[in-house]
Amino acid sequence: MESVPRLIFIVLSLLTLVSGVYVVTSRNLFHAALFMMASFLGVAGLFVMLEAGFLAAAQLLVYIGAISILVIFAIMMTRRLMQTSETPYNKQFSQSFIVAGLVFVLLLFVIVQVWPVTEGGAPDVPAAVLQGSVIELGRSFVDPNQYVIPFEIVSVLLLAALIGAIVIAWPEKKQ
Amino acid sequence: MTFNILEFLKSLLALRVFDYMRQVWAGKMDAGLVEAILDLVGILVVSTFLLLIALFLIWFERKVVARLQDRVGPNRVGGKYGLLQTVADVGKLLTKENITPAGADLIAFNLAPIIVLSAALLLWAVIPFAPGVIGANLNIGLFYVLSISSASVVALLLAGWGSNNKYALLGAFRAVAQLVSYEIPMVLALLVPILLAHSMYMQDVVANQSVWFIVWAPLAAVIFLTSALAELGRTPFDLLEAESEIVAGFHIEYSGMKFALFFAAEFINTFFMSALFASAFLGGWRGFGAEQYPLLGMIYFLIKVFAVYFVIVWVRATLPRVRIDQLLNFNWKFLVPLVLAMVLEVAVIDKLLPAGASAVTRAGAHLAGQLLLALATLEILRRVAHQRRLAAMGELAPAEEEVEMAHGEAHPAPAH
Amino acid sequence: MIPLSWYLIVAALLFCIGLYGVLARRNAVAILMAVELMLNAVNINLVAFWRYLTPERPIGVAWAVFVLSVAAAEAAVGLALVISVYRNRDSVVAEELDSLKM
Repeated sequence: MESVPRLIFIVLSLLTLVSGVYVVTSRNLFHAALFMMASFLGVAGLFVMLEAGFLAAAQLLVYIGAISILVIFAIMMTRRLMQTSETPYNKQFSQSFIVAGLVFVLLLFVIVQVWPVTEGGAPDVPAAVLQGSVIELGRSFVDPNQYVIPFEIVSVLLLAALIGAIVIAWPEKKQ
Repeated sequence: MTFNILEFLKSLLALRVFDYMRQVWAGKMDAGLVEAILDLVGILVVSTFLLLIALFLIWFERKVVARLQDRVGPNRVGGKYGLLQTVADVGKLLTKENITPAGADLIAFNLAPIIVLSAALLLWAVIPFAPGVIGANLNIGLFYVLSISSASVVALLLAGWGSNNKYALLGAFRAVAQLVSYEIPMVLALLVPILLAHSMYMQDVVANQSVWFIVWAPLAAVIFLTSALAELGRTPFDLLEAESEIVAGFHIEYSGMKFALFFAAEFINTFFMSALFASAFLGGWRGFGAEQYPLLGMIYFLIKVFAVYFVIVWVRATLPRVRIDQLLNFNWKFLVPLVLAMVLEVAVIDKLLPAGASAVTRAGAHLAGQLLLALATLEILRRVAHQRRLAAMGELAPAEEEVEMAHGEAHPAPAH
Repeated sequence: MIPLSWYLIVAALLFCIGLYGVLARRNAVAILMAVELMLNAVNINLVAFWRYLTPERPIGVAWAVFVLSVAAAEAAVGLALVISVYRNRDSVVAEELDSLKM
């Protein structure tokens, strides 16, 4: 039974990463958006494995239920231009590949230096602590000593984004 | 412990069959394997029950609508009451040709019905059928429901896009506009039972209702039912599939079993919303003797669910369809401001009440607050309507008045 | 048991896939999607560090929630911009939007 979590982890990671590769390489933007959803689903699964159930549900609600739908909506509204058969890449795609690869090598180097790769696992925490983490999270958002200011700033940001999106997308009146 | 058929049946009646099997298998099998088998059995039982009850629900709905419209309804197949009518219909659908339209996006077209039905079945994991009988008692209970149901909107978009049909695309656009908008009042109305129960566990929400939450917060219940109807896309909010306008909306190109999947998902979702309403506002499995005899609790629960389902069918048979602009205006300019004021009102009253207050006291205080809020809303609506009538009588252009009026409606003052 | 580094490596890979997408794609919507992937990678890191290092205090989860809200705001404004640009310039290719260049 030891290897079952590892197997689930590998499946979820593959779902996330393979879909991610599809997102950045697919010619058909609508399919790219679908694979983005699959990738988000994989990340939500990873959150469940990390016992962050609240965040997994929030991931479904915000990323799949809102952001993906917004993206698909934008693709549908601009569909005349999305069906082109020209290359999806710009001129610098080979340089981009090298840069992304180098960044990954750098990150991998740092990770392997600091954290052991073969052994280790999550610390054992009583189930009650993990179950109560949602309550802790809620408290920390309204606690003046913790995150009340970031929380309020985020709410203002969301309001600004709401108004901004409406103003930007509002059709201009013809003179 | 050895297996004993009589003991097994007794545990079945007490709805403790999983505990019994755990005892029987303890020591003989790996604990993880036992849990895996029991989970699988539970999933199979619940989803089979739901798919079968969808057949009954279709018959029930046709029969009730027929009665309300002074008709007889299905009465030929399967005896006097036409009980086997839907079975025959399913047989017909299964044998129909499976048509894929030309130019369809195959991934999206085939994925959509699967996502719709799986989302409809996944939702049931957190519904408490009886004391101790729940798929997964998650610490985020109601939040899980919201996230799954918001993700199922995606399937409608897939169906609309994948079908390569302009009516389907229009239906999908409408569906998203409607479902995403009405999610907001539904989520906020569901926040009220969470606030009252001080917990997101579904079992806690039910267990805290020694007085039903519909008595504490009737306004929240009404708003939830309205937005749930819109979420389900049922009359009077069935714009996503309005037959007379966009033929059938997002599932116009679906035939055979794929169409049946959409159809079954719609009924299972409606049944789910009834179950959610019954759990969040009507006390779920609570009733006389339910604690001692869980089976009785399940019966109470099903009675309540069917009562809510009957109301939903009743609404369908009574009200005509609204227009899309009316639908969105009603949501953004009336429901959302009202529900925001209501959540504020419930939270403030709950904070003001002393910690040790009895359920009856708390229920009374909340009821008073809700009624005050409802009266204030009605008063604002009355004044707005009065102004509108004056404007209509005067020489003012009504178009400008309407903007003013909508502005006035958008801010119902909190009741206190 | 799964070592912490596995999560970090998956997050790093996802981040780099997103980075490549941001740098290499022409379509503005595709660039936005790649940015969302990068934000997701950050979230995996935050949650993994919370679970492995500070499970008693929800620091990582709280910041992940903030990242989530910022991502939602970014998507809303970004897609509104894309639609506005599509209407005015009849193009969604990021390189062609260079009217501010001299």
